[in-house]
Amino acid sequence: MNTNGSRPTLQVSHLQTSFMTKVGEVKAVNDVSFSVHPGQVLGLVGESGSGKTVTGFSIMGLLDHPGRIIGGEIQFRGENLVGATKKRWQQLRGSQIAMVFQDPMMTLNPVLRIDTQMIEAIRAHEFVSRKEARQRARDALGQVGIPSPDERLKAYPHQFSGGMRQRVSIAIALLNKPDLIIADEPTTALDVTIQAQILHEAQKLCQETGTALIWITHDLSVIAGLADDVAVMYAGRIVEYGEVDNVLDHPLHPYTHGLIGSVPSRNRRGSPLHQIPGMTPSLLNLPQGCAFRTRCPQASDICATVPDVSEPRGSGRLIRCHTPMLLTESITELSGMFAT
Amino acid sequence: MTTGGVTDPMLVNTEETVGESTQTPYRRFLEDFCENKIAVVSFVVVVVVSMIALFAPFIAPTDPYDLSTVTVEDKALSPGMTMLSGQVAYLGTDGSGRDLLSSIFYGLRISLTVGIGSGIIALAIGVVVGLSAAYFGGRTDALIMRLVDMQLSFPAILIALVLLVTLGKGVDKTLIALIVVQWAYYARTVRGSALVERNKEYIESAQCLVLSKPRILFRHLFPNVVAPIIVVGTMQTAHAIALEATLSFLGLGMEQTEPSLGSLIANGFDYIHSGHYWITMYPGMALLVTIVAINLVGDQLRDVLNPRLQR
Amino acid sequence: MTDAHLNEEAPIVELRDISKRFVKRLDLAGKLARKLGVDIEEEVVHAVDNVSLSIFDGEVVGLVGESGCGKSTLGRIVAGVYQPSNGQVYVRGNLIKDMSSTAARDAALNIQMIFQDPMSSLNPRLRVIDIVGEAPVVHGVVHRRDVEEHVSQTMLRVGLDPDFIRRYPHQFSGGQRQRIGIARALAVNPEFLVCDESVAALDVSIQAQVLNLFMKLRKELNLTYLFISHDLGVVEHLSDRVVIMYLGRVVEVATTEALFTSPKHPYTQALLAEVPRVDSRRRRFKPVQGEIPSPLDPPTGCHFHPRCPHAIETCAREQPELREIVGGRLVACHLAEPTSAD
Repeated sequence: MNTNGSRPTLQVSHLQTSFMTKVGEVKAVNDVSFSVHPGQVLGLVGESGSGKTVTGFSIMGLLDHPGRIIGGEIQFRGENLVGATKKRWQQLRGSQIAMVFQDPMMTLNPVLRIDTQMIEAIRAHEFVSRKEARQRARDALGQVGIPSPDERLKAYPHQFSGGMRQRVSIAIALLNKPDLIIADEPTTALDVTIQAQILHEAQKLCQETGTALIWITHDLSVIAGLADDVAVMYAGRIVEYGEVDNVLDHPLHPYTHGLIGSVPSRNRRGSPLHQIPGMTPSLLNLPQGCAFRTRCPQASDICATVPDVSEPRGSGRLIRCHTPMLLTESITELSGMFAT
Repeated sequence: MTTGGVTDPMLVNTEETVGESTQTPYRRFLEDFCENKIAVVSFVVVVVVSMIALFAPFIAPTDPYDLSTVTVEDKALSPGMTMLSGQVAYLGTDGSGRDLLSSIFYGLRISLTVGIGSGIIALAIGVVVGLSAAYFGGRTDALIMRLVDMQLSFPAILIALVLLVTLGKGVDKTLIALIVVQWAYYARTVRGSALVERNKEYIESAQCLVLSKPRILFRHLFPNVVAPIIVVGTMQTAHAIALEATLSFLGLGMEQTEPSLGSLIANGFDYIHSGHYWITMYPGMALLVTIVAINLVGDQLRDVLNPRLQR
Repeated sequence: MTDAHLNEEAPIVELRDISKRFVKRLDLAGKLARKLGVDIEEEVVHAVDNVSLSIFDGEVVGLVGESGCGKSTLGRIVAGVYQPSNGQVYVRGNLIKDMSSTAARDAALNIQMIFQDPMSSLNPRLRVIDIVGEAPVVHGVVHRRDVEEHVSQTMLRVGLDPDFIRRYPHQFSGGQRQRIGIARALAVNPEFLVCDESVAALDVSIQAQVLNLFMKLRKELNLTYLFISHDLGVVEHLSDRVVIMYLGRVVEVATTEALFTSPKHPYTQALLAEVPRVDSRRRRFKPVQGEIPSPLDPPTGCHFHPRCPHAIETCAREQPELREIVGGRLVACHLAEPTSAD
């Protein structure tokens, strides 16, 4: 992993978050560990039910009953956030850790003007004059590429297009110059050209301000272009974690391998796509041992026990697998793996 | 190399279906409803009241409409005293000498019949009208909704009063008045719900499959619009019962000889100052309990039927 | 305006000069205000603006565009869910209104649609057997007593276990619900399927399964597809030809290979350049500036001119025609010159 020598902005160790529902305990996040350094982008990739969004919410302290963090630590610049008081959360959220949601209307209040909301967000954390807060808001809008920011400040959310609203949400996240931003599928609902604009801004941002960014998505191709590191999640666990180039060029975990193989651009035109058979199991009904084994072409008897995190020699990454792919197999030699 | 027991990769593995059980939606609904104890109690109350209303002629100690047995000499007896006929008046008698307990039973009968009966007919009218307005849109919709708006801008009681003054007293006339007053509300609710459903893809699919308009309206649209109607229906029934009571209270609606809860209450007003509280109080309580119970059931129905859509 | 094609038969579906406008009429208050001189207009959305397109037997035509481009509207016009405001839809060379009612119904049944949202595309109150079996029984494709067999067969064909025939939609996952939707369409034996973003709401691994299913069905049943998607990777994999739309108009038509190797229209070029791909790492994103304009108020002349890096003065004044610049390739751009070869 790319550590660049500095202390990590965020270090998550053995995080466990469960939902105590009346039909049983749902282990949404089951022993997850990763770290992000200043100026770095970590891509958290997974499909529905993988636990990636719950991980993001756990870090932000936004879990609602019946969800709870039941184990592990979240070290934010050396401070453990698990068990932090409400007051401490209020100090941190919005000023040192910020979140961008998939739906910008989760951030924006439809009945307030943009400037009101942004000024409020600033003054909740710092004693500044309205005038100064307004100036900062204006600068933030400019930073995310919104034209004529003075006019736009006076507008209401419904007067913006979807892409603009998302940019305003990002601007709000930036207002107090946080050390960490968690972005949960922020571009999933946006058009390709608008997504490209937002990815461009995000890239610029991290490079200029040294903010650490966690980008949660199901879209591997976005991660490929944006992230430094990638963590792939399946059924609440991280199955592969390493530098983006390493993982995408030579995935070692069969799930990552299958996921990359499913992407149409990775297959010969017209031929059947390599597919992972079956479906993600329900979190209430996970198979014993490795959750992926019912769908894994390499599963064997040993997979009935949960694999520990290991670092195959020379691979430069961490995986959870008893029977990983060989490092020498390149991605183009998939044929035969998932032959239909 | 096996793939976890799946022989044909195209066939979705049967053990991994999401559905936790083979519950029908109705079973699930029942389970959810019973989570709220107050609602269950209220439901029991409603059932009890309905039973009383249904079997009133069999369980009432006397027949308060039988003019041969009712005599003015029994007038305003306090609860527990014996009437001329030897029957104990458990809740006392009213100003005309009728046993209050029996009168309340029969009164509930009228209240529920008129309330529920008018509700059902108004619902039927409202559903057809509302569905048509939503599905056909355009001028049909505009016309219908203007009618509904006009109707709803007058207070219900005003319309009912005017109608009853014109039509006269009696069960059937009260029924008509209550139907006229309620249909618009159902129509509007149904239309709103139908407008949302109409744009859903399963309706477009039905159009794509060249299914006839009536079939789409009644087989596809209607069942999915029913949930809010049930909620509105219960609330409206309570409202209709209260409205009928009000009308009777004011002297319209029911005949003098067939008292409903409303007229009993009105009757009792003359006696309050002389300390004969029971003539107003007991019918009043019966009315209150009925309406509150129906409303609580309606509340729980609304809560249960709403989040279900998000599951 | 037809695309050149080797096959001389009548196309399975032909759209000629199709336009679709959605008008938000003024209500009584609005009309009154207008009479009193208030500057208030009816809002008109030109969802589809003068589109002509032919789709031939057995081919897969990919229809690509971003929000407001009109692709979903166009798909619904092809499937018969919407009626066009202008223009005609020819099915095997004939207009629907010229056909007898039986023939018209058969023509409509022949073109089915697969929808986007697995949650709202199935009637939540009906069991699978009713969802899939209703139309075949109503239209006499099968007899009522054979419907269970027919539905079971169809379920097997789409990869669903027939044991689940009596279940309700909420008891299935998203991918399975999409399969039910496909079964519903197949149950009436269509020749042509319009897929409107049918895999957009699915996880990547399920998406691959459903796309493979589409390809399998195409071979087995000889189907023709109009595949509507915003996902260029999916379209590239599946389609023979691709149509690119922007704000209600077609801007480019080409075979898949030609389009993806050398796009001619500046919008197509931007789209292809901006799509993130698993292969391209740590890219410098160089996006096209500007927002997608609102369909309520589209720019004059060429709709793309405010964002086009090559725009010239003519582009703001005149709408470019969709012209054939080389065999089978159509581009709507003032700057595209007909060439002899690619």
